[in-house]
Amino acid sequence: MANLKTNFAGIESPNPFWLASAPPTNTGYQVANAFRAGWGGAVWKTLGQPIVNVSSRYGAVNYRDRRMMGLNNIELITDRPLEVNLAEMKAVKEEFPHHALIASMMFETREEWHDCIQRCEDIGVDGFELNFGCPHGMCERGMGSAVGQNPDVAEKITSWVTEKATIPVIVKLTPNITDITAAGLAAQRGGANAVSLINTINSVTGINLKTMAPNPTVGGYSSHGGFCGPAVKPIALNMVSELYNHTDFNLPISGIGGIETWEDAVEFFLMGASAVQVCTAVMHYGFRIVTDLEEGVRDYLEENNIGQVSELTGIAARKLRRWETLDLNYKVIASIDPETCIGCQLCYIACEDGAHQSIALQNGTRVPRIKDDTCVGCNLCSLVCPVDECISMVEVPTGKPFLAWPQHPANPHSKTQPV
Amino acid sequence: MSHTATRNEAKAQHPFAPLKPMMTDNEAVIEASRCLFCHDAPCITACPSSIDIPMFIRQIMSRNPKGSAKTILTQNILGKSCGQVCPTEVLCEGACVYNDLNETPIDIGRLQAYSTQHAIENNLRFFHKGKPTGKKVAVIGAGPAGLACAHELTRLGHEVVIYEARNKAGGLNAYGVAPYKFSNADAEAEVNYIAQIGFTIRAGVRVVTDSAAANGTSSVLLKDLEKQYDAIFLGTGLGASRRPGMPGEDLQNVYGAAEFIAQLRERDLQMSIGKEVVVIGAGNTAIDACVETAKLGASVTLVYRRTEADQNAYWFEVDLAKQHGIRFLYLTSPVALLGETAVSGVRCVKNRVVPGNGTDKSAIEPVPGSEFELSCDTVIFATGQEKMTGFFQAIDGLTLEQGKIKVDESFQTGHPQYFAGGDCVNGGKEVVNAVAHGRDAARGIHRYLGGDGVNTSQETV
Repeated sequence: MANLKTNFAGIESPNPFWLASAPPTNTGYQVANAFRAGWGGAVWKTLGQPIVNVSSRYGAVNYRDRRMMGLNNIELITDRPLEVNLAEMKAVKEEFPHHALIASMMFETREEWHDCIQRCEDIGVDGFELNFGCPHGMCERGMGSAVGQNPDVAEKITSWVTEKATIPVIVKLTPNITDITAAGLAAQRGGANAVSLINTINSVTGINLKTMAPNPTVGGYSSHGGFCGPAVKPIALNMVSELYNHTDFNLPISGIGGIETWEDAVEFFLMGASAVQVCTAVMHYGFRIVTDLEEGVRDYLEENNIGQVSELTGIAARKLRRWETLDLNYKVIASIDPETCIGCQLCYIACEDGAHQSIALQNGTRVPRIKDDTCVGCNLCSLVCPVDECISMVEVPTGKPFLAWPQHPANPHSKTQPV
Repeated sequence: MSHTATRNEAKAQHPFAPLKPMMTDNEAVIEASRCLFCHDAPCITACPSSIDIPMFIRQIMSRNPKGSAKTILTQNILGKSCGQVCPTEVLCEGACVYNDLNETPIDIGRLQAYSTQHAIENNLRFFHKGKPTGKKVAVIGAGPAGLACAHELTRLGHEVVIYEARNKAGGLNAYGVAPYKFSNADAEAEVNYIAQIGFTIRAGVRVVTDSAAANGTSSVLLKDLEKQYDAIFLGTGLGASRRPGMPGEDLQNVYGAAEFIAQLRERDLQMSIGKEVVVIGAGNTAIDACVETAKLGASVTLVYRRTEADQNAYWFEVDLAKQHGIRFLYLTSPVALLGETAVSGVRCVKNRVVPGNGTDKSAIEPVPGSEFELSCDTVIFATGQEKMTGFFQAIDGLTLEQGKIKVDESFQTGHPQYFAGGDCVNGGKEVVNAVAHGRDAARGIHRYLGGDGVNTSQETV
C-alpha cells in the first residue's frame, strides 16, 4: 500500500496535504478540526505586529453558474494577540504531536523576528514559514510582497531567521514578480530549507455594475487583493516548475495555488512539489475534502506502482523544456468519433471562426468532418468538444527526422545549411 | 420547513397550480449555464417559429433577461404562451443534443417563459407601429395565428382590426389549453402586452356570412369586411367538438372536450363535475380533459377503441394522466350512452386487433358478446373537432382539402384578398405552429399590398 507519510525539508507529517496560512488556520479550534478531518499539517495564520482588518474582505470570480472559480481577499495577517495564538498553537501541538504545525511569520526588525522565533520554538512548532508574499496592505508597510519582490531584502531577512531558528525554515514566495527563480534563489542564499509558492496574485475580481465600484467594497471603495483558487493553478504550476528546473535551485518546494482535488495535488507533485498547501477549496467546501485528496493520491500511486509521493516529484517538470527544443516534424490531426458525436458542431464553429477552417459540415448528418489536409493539429476542437474522448488528436507519422527550430531551414540563424 | 416541503405544500393547496412553475433568476441562470450554445442548433430547427434558442439562453446566462426576451419575441410574439404550452419534449427539448449524451435536455420551455415573463411583467416594449401604409387588414379570430398576424402587420405599418366571436381574445390560450399550463391571467396579460403595438380587437363580434344571421353590434357581415378592408386573414381555428353519433349523446352531463375546457376556463375553474367521468378518445385533448376533471375531484376513466401504442397523446401527457390516477381502457369502444335525463353509464364493447389494414394504426374489430356497462355521471367526447367548412364555403374561390383551407407559400388562399393560417389551415396543431403561420401570413399580406416584406418599424430597446 502506498505510503503518504511525508518528510518535507525535515518536517514530518502523516500526509503531504497541509492547510496554507490563511483564514482556515486562524484558530486552534479550526486547526484541531482540520487534523481530525485528516489534514497532515497546517501553516498557522501569519503572526506579526498588531493589525486591524476591514469588514468586507473577499471578492470572487464566478464562471457561469459556478461560484468561486477564483477568490481574492484584502484581509491582513492574524488580528489576534500573539499570546492567544501561541497558547492555542501549543495546545494543538500537544493534542496532535505527529502532525506538522508551522508558524507563519511577518515582522519588520531583526529583533522582532528573533523574539517570535524563540517563542514559537518554545511551544514546539515544527517549522517556520516566512510570509514574503502577502500582496496587499502589509506590503504598503514594507512587509509581505514588498520583501518578496526584492531578492536582496528577501535574502537578508531570511538570513535573520535562519541564523536564529533551530528548526526548518520555509520561505513563501510571491508570484507578483517577473522572475520567480530570482526570489527562490535569494531564499536559498539566505539559508532557507524550503520554499512554498505561490502566494496570491494582485487582482481585482470584478466590478459591481450597479455601483460601479470594484469588489470587495469597503464603504464605497476597494483595494486590490490577493487572487487564489482554481483559476490560479496554471500560473502556480508554471512557477513551481521554473524553480524545480533551475539548475542552481535545490530546495524542496511546497506547492500552493488552486489545489482542490487529488488530481490537482498530483499535478503539483509532478511539476516539482514535494508537498502541497490548500486554502480556497477549504474556504469553499470545508475540511472534509481532504478525504478525496488522500484517497485519490493513494489510488493513483498504487495504480502506477509508485511507493511514495516523493517518487512523483518533478516527473512532468522535466518534460517542460524550452520551446525551441520541440520537434517541428511531430504532427497530429483531429479525428471525430461519429458514434459518440452528439452533433453540437462546436468544433466546427471554433475551427471555422477561431482557428484554421479545417472542419467541414456534411449533408445528411450533424457530425462534422475534419479536413485532414489543412488541419494543423492545434487541439482546439478537442478542447471545445463536450463529449469525453469524442475528438482525439491522432499522431500522423511524417517519416521525417526530429527537427527543432535551431536547425530548421526556415530559421535565418539556422545552424545547418538549407538543403 | 425545507424549501422542497414548502413548494410541495403549495402545490397540494392548488390543484391547478402551474405544472412547470416560473423559474427564479437563480434557477434560470443555473439552467442556462448548462446550454452548450451549439452551432446551427437542432433546437432552432425543431422550433416551428425558429427562435434563436441558444442566443436567448446565453442572454439569460449573462443576466440579460431583457435581451433574451427580445430575441424570443422577435421571432415569436407569443413566446410566453409557447414557452408554457408547447410540447417542448417533442420539439426544441426533444432535439437538444444532450439527449444523445443521456443528459437531461435544457429546460428550454421554462427558460423561455422566464424571459418573456420578465418582459411582460415590466412591460418592456420592443416593437412599434410601422410607418403607415394606408392599408387596412381585417383578422378573423384573436387566437395565436390572428394575434401574431395582427402584430406583424402593425409593425409593417398596416391598420389592423381583429374580429373575435368570443368575449375574450386569446383563442386556445384563453379557452383551450390546460389551465395548469397557461392560466386565464397569463392569457390576458399576454394579449394586452401584444395589443399595445396598436391594433384593435373587437371581441364579442362574430363574423357571419348570411345577412339573416347578422345581429346588431354583435356580428358583422363578411361581405362588408371585404369592402372595408384591403385584405382579410382567416385565423378561425376549428369548430365544435365532433360527436361519433351514438344513442344518448343528448343526455345531460355529456360534453364535447373543447366545450368542457372552454367552460372550465370561462368559469375560472369554478365548475362542478360529477364523481365518475368517462373521457372518450386518446389524443392530447382527451388527456387534458382527464387531468382537469381529476383535478376537480372526479375519478376518471379514459376509453379508447385502439391500443396504447395507437394513441395520439404524447408520452409525457399520458405520464401526467397516470400521475393523476386516470384509468385507461384500451381496445374499448363506447356504443351507447345510458340514462334517463342525465347520463348514468356507457355501454361499451371490447375490441381486438386484426391483421393490418395498411395504415399506421391497428385494425380492430369488436369482440362478439363482450359488451359491458361502465357506470358514470359525466361523459366527455374528445374525438376531434369539426372544421368550419360552412363558413369557408361562402368565400368565392377558397379551396378546401378535407375541410382545411388550401394556401400557397405566402398563406394566400384561392381568393386573393384572403389569407389564412393556424388550425383552419393545418387541421389542428400547436400554438407555435399557428404563431408561425400568422407571422408569415402577415409578410405575405404585406407583399400582396405592395410592400417588400421588409420590416420598416423602428425597434427600440
